[in-house]
Amino acid sequence: MVGIVNWLDRHLKWVFVTPALLFIALMVAFPIFYTARLSLFEWSMSAVQPPKWVGLDNYAALLASKAFWHALWITFYHSSISIVLETVLGVAIAVLFSKKMFAARAAKTMMMLPMVATPVSVGLVWLLIYEPSIGMANQVLKRLGFETQEWLGSVTQVMPSLIIVDVWQWTPMIALIAVAGLATIPSDPYESASVDGANAWQKFTRITLPLLLPTLITAITLRVIDLVKTFDTIYATTQGGPNFASQTLNLMIFDTAFSGFKFGYASALLIVFFLMLITLVLVLNGLRRKAGSLQ
Amino acid sequence: MTLKKFSVLGLTLATALTATACGGGGKENVASSEGEQQQQPMAGQKITVFAVNHPWTDALKPEIPKFEKETGIKVDLQVFAEEQLQQKLAVQFTTGADTPDVFTYRPYMDKILYAKNGWTAPLDDYANRNADYEFGDFSKATIEASTIDGKLMSIPLWTDQFILYYRKDVLEENNIPVPKTMAEFEEAMKKLHKPKDDFYGFVARGQRNALVTAVSSFVFSEGGDFMVGDKAAVNTPEAVRGFKLYADLVKNYGPQGVLNMNWAQAIGLFAQGKAAFYVDSAALFKNAIDPEKSLVADKVGFGVFPAGSAGAKPYSTASWSLAMNSQSKGKDAAWAFMEWATNKQNALMIQQSGVPGARDSVWASKEGTEKFPVDLAAAIQETMNIGVDHFVPQVMSVTESRDAVGAIVVKAILGEDIQAAADLANKELQAIIDKDNSQ
Repeated sequence: MVGIVNWLDRHLKWVFVTPALLFIALMVAFPIFYTARLSLFEWSMSAVQPPKWVGLDNYAALLASKAFWHALWITFYHSSISIVLETVLGVAIAVLFSKKMFAARAAKTMMMLPMVATPVSVGLVWLLIYEPSIGMANQVLKRLGFETQEWLGSVTQVMPSLIIVDVWQWTPMIALIAVAGLATIPSDPYESASVDGANAWQKFTRITLPLLLPTLITAITLRVIDLVKTFDTIYATTQGGPNFASQTLNLMIFDTAFSGFKFGYASALLIVFFLMLITLVLVLNGLRRKAGSLQ
Repeated sequence: MTLKKFSVLGLTLATALTATACGGGGKENVASSEGEQQQQPMAGQKITVFAVNHPWTDALKPEIPKFEKETGIKVDLQVFAEEQLQQKLAVQFTTGADTPDVFTYRPYMDKILYAKNGWTAPLDDYANRNADYEFGDFSKATIEASTIDGKLMSIPLWTDQFILYYRKDVLEENNIPVPKTMAEFEEAMKKLHKPKDDFYGFVARGQRNALVTAVSSFVFSEGGDFMVGDKAAVNTPEAVRGFKLYADLVKNYGPQGVLNMNWAQAIGLFAQGKAAFYVDSAALFKNAIDPEKSLVADKVGFGVFPAGSAGAKPYSTASWSLAMNSQSKGKDAAWAFMEWATNKQNALMIQQSGVPGARDSVWASKEGTEKFPVDLAAAIQETMNIGVDHFVPQVMSVTESRDAVGAIVVKAILGEDIQAAADLANKELQAIIDKDNSQ
């Protein structure tokens, strides 16, 4: 008994972190290594045929595949435009809300609503809105005397349509984080700028933005990770169509694994996807540190 | 009385005793427990059934207690939506689990993969074991669709026939007879297509993957097919004619945004009274004639798919079927359930609830068709007689092959060269076939 207590005493630091280490090993490290291993095999989940070793063939096939590069481009297109719009609109809304304003609290609550709705139902609602013959979007356009659009049914309009959905749903998140960031900016820089005769725009670009930047980059990082991984709204509205025009990497992986039953290839895609995300996060983190140290 | 008490107490004999107690009273009926054991050789066994969320399941579910009482088998029925069911099954089978014992699946999507992976148990011996079951009564096309390499892998539950939906009132007003040929079909659409007034000649599926089942009947009716033996055949002149016809009709007489339409959007538009013609599986008819879902509920007519240059060759096949897990620990109990669920009596009962079944005798009976509109029942029966037994390429990677084939139509609608699209799809389909055969 005493022996055990002594042993525990001496190794206390290990005893306390073991649960966390075990959790990470089981829930994070194991799946990643398993996926990495699976990406070197060809396997259709067969119970009779074991996975077949193919080395780096899956990766070679992937890099040679047009579908992969297309999906990568679609992912980039969707994420980059969405994040720019969301950041600009989000900061604008935050600045608006930081002023004393009529019914600001109610407006803030309203704004949160799209964010807390389940993504699949958001997708289904927008599917109805975009329905070309009976949907609201075209009805409104018609009333206003504009040409009706094909929205999700057109290879060229599908991505802008999906970007609108994302911007509608997630701008509030950037706005909320930015509101919090604005609250931490002290008032003295503004006062001294006023004394020096700076106008509102100068105050915004020279004081507000630089001081807000570290917070903003955190918000952008969170948002970009989510954007690149967007799945539910796209799957609920288009399943990657028409003609692959909205097939992002994440959708391609899902289709490859669960419709095509090509688990090795899907794992290879996942690993590439994972590495890209890590790189992205490292870059954004670097930016944040730089922005922080500038102050 | 005592018997009832026992059953309330829930003793081990409970199931057998309750069965007798409810059986109707007289002393003659109170068999010794030994006799009960003989009548219910599988009493006490438990089977798990995974079923898709569908009116078929809804109709059968309330009957299951009767089956449990008759056999003493305990049935654990778990119902899933289509996608979840597919994923759940894949996970169960990959891990070699012995549950579910019985499950519903779509043979046209999964039978080759499941059979190759050894997930389904062959049923030939079971199906012919009991003459009363009348296995020969199942429509031939549905049995062919459930068979692989000469082995029966599932029992068809409900069926799909590709038929024509049309607006009776609109055709009458314009003095247009129900089209019998593709030429008449297109002529009628042309007359009725008025996009300015928000009314379209034709609506059908336009999503790449989903449209493949619909376009199949057009391809067959022009004399083409997806494959001939082990050779992909989607770029033959006949097949291309079929693909082109479908793409042209959808493009010229269809609504905007058709490329993002699966059956739900397409029939939704038809039910909103925005289109004169719609073609799809007969199984969807309730969406068109249910007053709660349709603005034109009393104005919908049904007909046989119009004939192309090679005749009328719509598909008629098994949609979902019931299969047995090869790892099941209680195969006999599992079969007892399958046999009961698909026997004549239940097939009739379920068909009466509006689910088109697979038994010929039910279709031949008055009771079997009285719940369907007269013209729909006639169209279904005629289609069962002339139908083709498949509507997707018969390969293991069905989804992949559907993506390849569906692209032909999508590209044609987008205005690209259809022959080039068909040549490319043919190459992709051939690669899929070759890969299947090399495994």
